[in-house]
Amino acid sequence: MNITDLVNEKIPGLPPKNTQLGGKLRLEQVNLYYGSFRAVKDISLDIDTCSITAIIGPSGCGKSSMLRLFNRMNDLIASARVEGLVEFDGVDIYQPGVDVVELRKRVGMVFQKPNPFPMSIYDNVAFGPRRHGIRNKRALDEIVEKSLGQAALWDEVKDKLDQSGLSISGGQQQRLCIARVLAVEPEVILMDEPCSALDPIATLKIEDLMRTLTSTYTIVIVTHNMQQAARVSDMTAFLMVDDDRAGTLVEYGITSEIFTNPKNQKTEDYITGRFG
Amino acid sequence: MPGSSTKSRYLTQKASMALLVTATLLVVVPIILIIIYMIANGYSALSWDFLTQPPAQAGKAGGILPAIVGTIYLMLGTIIFALPVGVTAGIYLSEYARNNWVTRLVNMAIINLAGVPSIVFGLFGLGVFVMTFNLGMSLIAASLTLAAQALAMTITTSREAITAVPKEYREGSLAIGVSRWQTIRYVVLPQASPGILTGAILAMSRAAGETAPIIVVGAAFLVGGLPGSPFDRFMALPYHLYTVSAHIPGMPADIKWGVALVLIAMVLFFNILVTLVRFKSRKR
Amino acid sequence: MRKNYERSLKALQDEVLVMGSMVEKAILRSMEALKNRDLELARQIIAEDNAINQKRFDIEEQCVELIATQQPMAGDLRVIIAILNMVVDLERIGDHAEGVAKIAIMIGDEPPIKPLIDLPRMAERASQMLREALDAFIRRDVLVAKKICDDDEEVDNLYNQVFRELLLIMAENPKTIGRATRLIWVAHNLERSADRITNICERVVFIATGHMEDIGASKY
Repeated sequence: MNITDLVNEKIPGLPPKNTQLGGKLRLEQVNLYYGSFRAVKDISLDIDTCSITAIIGPSGCGKSSMLRLFNRMNDLIASARVEGLVEFDGVDIYQPGVDVVELRKRVGMVFQKPNPFPMSIYDNVAFGPRRHGIRNKRALDEIVEKSLGQAALWDEVKDKLDQSGLSISGGQQQRLCIARVLAVEPEVILMDEPCSALDPIATLKIEDLMRTLTSTYTIVIVTHNMQQAARVSDMTAFLMVDDDRAGTLVEYGITSEIFTNPKNQKTEDYITGRFG
Repeated sequence: MPGSSTKSRYLTQKASMALLVTATLLVVVPIILIIIYMIANGYSALSWDFLTQPPAQAGKAGGILPAIVGTIYLMLGTIIFALPVGVTAGIYLSEYARNNWVTRLVNMAIINLAGVPSIVFGLFGLGVFVMTFNLGMSLIAASLTLAAQALAMTITTSREAITAVPKEYREGSLAIGVSRWQTIRYVVLPQASPGILTGAILAMSRAAGETAPIIVVGAAFLVGGLPGSPFDRFMALPYHLYTVSAHIPGMPADIKWGVALVLIAMVLFFNILVTLVRFKSRKR
Repeated sequence: MRKNYERSLKALQDEVLVMGSMVEKAILRSMEALKNRDLELARQIIAEDNAINQKRFDIEEQCVELIATQQPMAGDLRVIIAILNMVVDLERIGDHAEGVAKIAIMIGDEPPIKPLIDLPRMAERASQMLREALDAFIRRDVLVAKKICDDDEEVDNLYNQVFRELLLIMAENPKTIGRATRLIWVAHNLERSADRITNICERVVFIATGHMEDIGASKY
């Protein structure tokens, strides 16, 4: 993995990062197989640094599978097999010799159902840094405060850090999971339908959070809520299954254009609700 | 007609309720009766001396301390050998083993292991630990034998407890760059520990009551004092109970019941412990 | 899918067509009232302009409601936004027709200064342009929409012709100035109506392509 020194830009409220801001992702003619079943077919796209990209499409079209290519979470499924090029910051992450654990530290993931560990809020956020070797209490305190602050949760939980992570509301739990990811200082944050289990107010809070985070991180979000994709993202990718039930990229472009004047009729049909 | 069908439904409800209550009572009442009977008959044998003195007059007088101590040593020995192996095997089977024929074979073997009669384990222990490993008829041979028997349970409960940990926790940990082993050590095992502990305690309580295997492997009726080393012969409550019940002429009845009472008390104690552990972990 | 929504969208477009035909009739009838000195007809047209205004507000309200409740996207969104703009143009054309009717009343039964030939032709052209524009709207026909904008040139030419003729008449006979000026104002109303119709055509192109273009470039 290459770590490039970048000019330290001071962002208000955050200390300067000493690794590259955000991260670039790239797919080139990628196919994903589960055994003999092709779930994702010939997908190519580029995701730029510090942008928010939304992946939309009907259920079962391979959106989550495609998202999990970027942090190799598909490896957990024994029959999964990837062909084609998946690049993170210019490096093929599926070539032999790539440290998957290190990759997942730099490309973090937030899941659909909030999954805080059954530990205190503090321990949840400190979990990642502790496992990566940070033991110093003061350092951990700082990291916990900073991460919870970035996740817009600090004020709400600062007096109950030792309470269980499961004792807070669903929306707060999801922000806790985001803080947990932020604590390991990733470059990319993948979000798999992060708001679908949350109420509308919690959803809007997390959307605001995404917009603040995008100045420092690259975000890729899978969502089945088109209005959310329209509200939140810079670029939108529309996936659909073709005749052999493989997910293909139908259209990928600037969000405002996709939602006002899409180029592909299938995109138009999906967006206007003429097709499920 | 609506009226009569309502009535017949009501009667059916009442009848099935009565049936279920009867079935429950059929199970619960005998156990209570047995316990009451034991207490009634054995109560008079219980005393501080009974619990702290070695036997005298071939067990017709004195106490049963060596048997109690021997049983405790056996339980500890069982768990010391069975738990680490069981947990490790459980981790392997639920986290690392691939879903192929080898794994299926192993799981089937474990199920079959659970069904092997305990005397067969006794002979196994005799052949392997006493003779081949040359440990002799001893506490350690008996512990190893009982541990072998307990393995099926410890592996199964560990495996189930670990598999029961929701995969969301594992995913959440892996997705922030924490390694597989760290995830197991810091997320999965802590979550699974109540279940693992339950399995361990159950295994121990079962070991306390095993008679046939320990006869073959080292239990003795009358031994000089308390076992000084793991390689000594030892006494144990189940074997003591067996002997005093059937093989000593002139044994006072209350002593037999007294021994049985002590054994049951120990087993009950551990089962209650298990229930408490389960209750406390569910509250979390 | 979204049957209710589809019905609402279709109903909205039908309402636009209804308003368009009301306006089209107003153009032709106002010219008729002027030609035939039919003051009763003129008064009717003036009264009916209220209905046209109300129609515009109704359609606007329906558009807002549809946006709020159905979150239209892409093509649907462009149609609704275009309709919002189109009804403004249609209502203004209706006002121009009302203007012609008002002038008919002002002229009353004064002796005509010349037979009306070009003015009715302008009205005819304008109403035809409107019919074709609404047709292009329904069929999302970009080519027809652009062609209509070319027809606007013909209306402009007729306007210039009428203007020159009336100036001549005014120069020869100062007593005709009042009546001639009013006739110039009628021509102006019709010319503005045609311009408004080119605006409508621009919206049709927007629906089809997603871009706003300035069609019918000025010849000045």
